[in-house]
Amino acid sequence: MSDIEISLAHTLGDFSLEVVFNTPASGVTALFGHSGSGKTSVLRAVAGLLRTDHGRVCVNGELWQDNGHFVPTHRRPLGYVFQEASLFPHLSVRRNLEYGWRQIPAAERKIAFDSAVELLGIGPLLQRATHRLSGGERQRVAIARALLTSPRLLLMDEPLSALDHAARQAILPYLESLHDEFGIPSLYVSHDPREVARLADQVVLLDQGKVVAYGEASSMMTRLDLSLARYADATSILEGSISAHDPTYHLTWIGMLGGRVAVPRQELPVGKRARVEIQARDVSLSLRAHSDTSIINILPGRVVDTQEISPSQLLVRLELEDGQTLLSRITRRSAMAIGLHEGCRLYAQVKSVALID
Amino acid sequence: MAVDWLTVWLTLKLATTTTLVLLLLGTPLAWWLANSRAWWTELIGTLVALPLVLPPTVLGFYLLLMLGPDGPIGELTLALGIGTLPFTFAGLVVGSVIYSLPFVVQPIRNAFEAMGERPIEVAATLRASPLRRFFTVALPLARPGFLTGAVLGFAHTVGEFGVILMIGGNIPGQTRVISVAIYDHVESLEWSQAHWLSGGMLLFSFLVVYTMYLTERRLRRDRA
Repeated sequence: MSDIEISLAHTLGDFSLEVVFNTPASGVTALFGHSGSGKTSVLRAVAGLLRTDHGRVCVNGELWQDNGHFVPTHRRPLGYVFQEASLFPHLSVRRNLEYGWRQIPAAERKIAFDSAVELLGIGPLLQRATHRLSGGERQRVAIARALLTSPRLLLMDEPLSALDHAARQAILPYLESLHDEFGIPSLYVSHDPREVARLADQVVLLDQGKVVAYGEASSMMTRLDLSLARYADATSILEGSISAHDPTYHLTWIGMLGGRVAVPRQELPVGKRARVEIQARDVSLSLRAHSDTSIINILPGRVVDTQEISPSQLLVRLELEDGQTLLSRITRRSAMAIGLHEGCRLYAQVKSVALID
Repeated sequence: MAVDWLTVWLTLKLATTTTLVLLLLGTPLAWWLANSRAWWTELIGTLVALPLVLPPTVLGFYLLLMLGPDGPIGELTLALGIGTLPFTFAGLVVGSVIYSLPFVVQPIRNAFEAMGERPIEVAATLRASPLRRFFTVALPLARPGFLTGAVLGFAHTVGEFGVILMIGGNIPGQTRVISVAIYDHVESLEWSQAHWLSGGMLLFSFLVVYTMYLTERRLRRDRA
């Protein structure tokens, strides 16, 4: 029963939404697709903000919507984080946080006021007026405000898209710790593959109001037949552990079976699990393990398949020695020059690696 | 005595009563107008706005017919034992409420519309019932609209003349308000009294509108 069952049908002008999927009521399920694919409509329907023509929404065995049965939004135990923070401008930060929190009987509060404040690092902001916050701070307050209703499902509609790169990078760790800390299942709308790669456990791929594919995030991210990987900023996530620090050149090495990659020096203990993000465009391929190159991250692998993403470019999926998948984007011309074919062994040279956690 | 304080008092009493009634009636009406998706919404909207363009005498004429002993409302008030409303203070309040309705409803409606649906949706996701959403989010966010509506409604009622003359007449202490008194003084060539009342009205109107602009400006700055 610990499932989120969603089945929606709705027509709005010439856009029709027909979405059916089940996903575990744990971890993060990303709703991924282009703008106009119906992601936000799905989220609004789950929240009861959009009343679909037909639909069934059942969360953890609790029926929110079915034929003739419709639980209004304020009776659904959910938290919703909108694209823009949408804080109440007439209330201070503290009063914003208390707005939903006070609606929940004390006995039913699962998240303490102080722990939500602490998790999102907004303690110093509590007395401020909302218009004195930066974009990133606003969104953190909005997330804490949603958490404080002790939701059984968290709905997030591109919570980072209105923020600049720096603010986005600053919030991502909070979002990641959210799920470890409170274990609230969430539906996360995004059109950024890198965000999905970092946060999601499951991915629902939407296109023109329909579900195109559903699956585990790790496999969905690197499946070449899906539009997810066709984006210019296709990304792979690799897992390894901190293997050594290099004080001379100020680097930290992250090792995995068959190779290692370096990131700028991090104060992390050796042996700690680490995940890195590698953009497909930063990965070039070579037949031999060069030692005469400026690139220090070299990982051996085998070509699993390839996909043309434009007349000039090719996306290559490599299987590394430990079975992890790495995407590389190269030109069709280079592929021909090195005689790239399925099954061939080669070396991936990674120009840049970003540590996630 | 140069100033007829009874008239001034009656005028203020009428304007205050009218404004309070208008805020009570106008708020739900403005909320409905701002949120309704029914096809006939703008028909009601037009009826509400009609006093803006209608000559006050036309409004007064129909009110007189409706409220009079042979009119539908007059028959009702007679049956209820209230008597007929024309030429009474209550009748003036009814006329003023209708006459000043658009001045109160429009600013409040605009404020509700400017707020958009998002704050209400956010409140709903934070478990607020429709009533709580209205009182804790919609009302405070529409505050500038209420301020403008109340001030305009009050000032417009103070400045009312045509409707009052039609349904109220000129009974001291009951229906004789400043605008009517000024007309009266001028007709009987009592220039000094006319001067006092007119000058007072000029000053009052100026101060009201000026205060409103200053307050709106401050509210806007606080929000920005």
